[in-house]
Amino acid sequence: MNFHKYLPIAALISAVIAIQLLTYFTGSAYMLTQLTMSAYYSLVIIGLCILMGYAGQISLGHAGFFAIGGYISAFLTTCNLLPYRSHSLVSLFSKAGLLNMSEDLYGGQALHFHPWAACVMAVLFTIIAAYCIGGPVLKLKGHYLAMATLGFGIIVYRIVLGTSFFGAADGLSDVPSFVIFPGLEVSGKSSVRIQNYYIASGLVIAGVIILLNLINSRIGRALRAIHGAEDAAGAMGVNTAKYKLHTFVLSAVFASIAGVLLTHYNGGIGPSEASVMKSVRYVAIVAIGGMANLWGALLMGFLLNFLSLRGYFGSFDDAVFGSILIIIMLFAPEGLLHKNSFRGIKKIFSHTTKEEGQA
Amino acid sequence: MNIELFFQYLVAGLTYGTIYAIVAIGFNIIYNTTGIINFAQGEFVMLGGMIAVTMNKFMPLPSAILAAVTLTMILGALIEIVFIRWLVKPSVLRMIIITIGLSIVIREGALHIWGESVRALPYFTGTEVSSIAIGGVFISPQVLWVIGVSSIAVVALNLFFNYTLPGRQMRACSANRDAARLCGISAKNMVTLSFVLSAGIGALAGCVVSPITYVQYDSGTGLAIKGFTVAILGGLGNSMAAVAAGMMLGILESFSIWVMPTAYKDVISIAILLLILFVRPSGLFGNKEAFSLKEF
Repeated sequence: MNFHKYLPIAALISAVIAIQLLTYFTGSAYMLTQLTMSAYYSLVIIGLCILMGYAGQISLGHAGFFAIGGYISAFLTTCNLLPYRSHSLVSLFSKAGLLNMSEDLYGGQALHFHPWAACVMAVLFTIIAAYCIGGPVLKLKGHYLAMATLGFGIIVYRIVLGTSFFGAADGLSDVPSFVIFPGLEVSGKSSVRIQNYYIASGLVIAGVIILLNLINSRIGRALRAIHGAEDAAGAMGVNTAKYKLHTFVLSAVFASIAGVLLTHYNGGIGPSEASVMKSVRYVAIVAIGGMANLWGALLMGFLLNFLSLRGYFGSFDDAVFGSILIIIMLFAPEGLLHKNSFRGIKKIFSHTTKEEGQA
Repeated sequence: MNIELFFQYLVAGLTYGTIYAIVAIGFNIIYNTTGIINFAQGEFVMLGGMIAVTMNKFMPLPSAILAAVTLTMILGALIEIVFIRWLVKPSVLRMIIITIGLSIVIREGALHIWGESVRALPYFTGTEVSSIAIGGVFISPQVLWVIGVSSIAVVALNLFFNYTLPGRQMRACSANRDAARLCGISAKNMVTLSFVLSAGIGALAGCVVSPITYVQYDSGTGLAIKGFTVAILGGLGNSMAAVAAGMMLGILESFSIWVMPTAYKDVISIAILLLILFVRPSGLFGNKEAFSLKEF
């Protein structure tokens, strides 16, 4: 609980503000759109970083959790319940204030779930799904774990691709904006672009604070012990299965929240968000950031997603991520931003690494 | 259901099952010598089919297939020499990520070379409408080619591992690497050889199956997942069990179309994969006790 602990967070906040001012003064405010999207993807990545880097469990199915969040929220906020309003369940939802009446362009009325209600349901469902999947999956190791999580990702992908009420190959569109409270809404309108940039960045900062506290707590030390030697950790009284499962669920929730908000921001979601390539991309970015390095993952998450969304990689987008994966794993398996490689820069953020070294 | 339809489904299941089994054997060959699951295995199958289609424009079918298999084998060797040979005791996580990266790069490379179009080799004998009637069941001659070529490949591999010197050396390496090295076997060369063999058998499967299933730049991924499912189902490293497991999965999938929409066909096999991983990761025919001693 010292001043140094909050220094990196302050640096992050100033960086976020500096970027916004930079785009404002250079007249490139349009870039905030991609920056906002990168921020949401970064949220998935820092969540995955805790699971992969600290608990040492690979997941090739995180795009699945992202898609579960996005699709459930999109489905609930776009499906029209008006024809079923006399149904007892619908009127129960209505009485509970979960429903929202809206008018479309032609004056037709539609009744659907309020984004808040949809968001909570999406996250709750993700938690349930993550517990159900994580329980048996996390008993596996190595190749088996990788394949099982990959399998989960493919099942989600196949289901959204093959199910008509999830829009099959077209995905869901016309997702309304998410009014968090009056005056603050998540939507892709250019009038609220700056506001949305700060919502997304604020969420990432909040995520970082939560995870930093987690890493430097009893739980974080237990996770690192599991990563180092699972049997030894177990012998020291760490409930390895419980810690692994809870970390898995936490990182799934991060992915799901990112999915919900990005869907509202983009106004829709398509099956490509659930594809295996997306999951691999998240893993790639965590690996480049240096596995057990939250700041590295965050920086690379922002940077690479931004470059990719701006189209700098052209038609070689996937190939770039594939090559990065190979090169990093061959020559720098500890990641680009490892302790030894950028000692100078890391000194600024030294409190996390120092404690890591001692652990 | 009438009996003819039943046999028709059965034959379709056997055809796909054979291919899954071949892919699974490819996984097993590399796993046995290195302890690595090569996530790029499906890409070898895709490359075999793709190269053969291109080669077939310049030369007759048999030599095109031969060229495709040879080229893929060379590529397999190159991949091992460039990316894997010089790593000192890599962790499993590192190897998983490297082979996933390789599969993406090969797939994207294929996309840039061949484009997105779907290709196929011509039927080896006859055309897509010709069929042979066996007891009221109509079978495409290509099905017989798939089953025949695959059976020969499996038998040949068995002979290779049991009766030739390099085959026995590879088995020695998989049983005990250090002891094999003390006997003067170059473990590194055996690993290269395992990549060559598994690339070759994958490419061969890609060639024989391409008239039926067609081949596209991304068709490797799906086959790799099925192949892995089969390899696990049979017990990782056990090639004969993989053949039996392949038939099982193929038939199960084929009959699943009956009760489920085709769009969910892949979900079935992956659900089986998850189930077997959760319940009996040593595989249906594997030894539970031996499995628990293995390192991953």
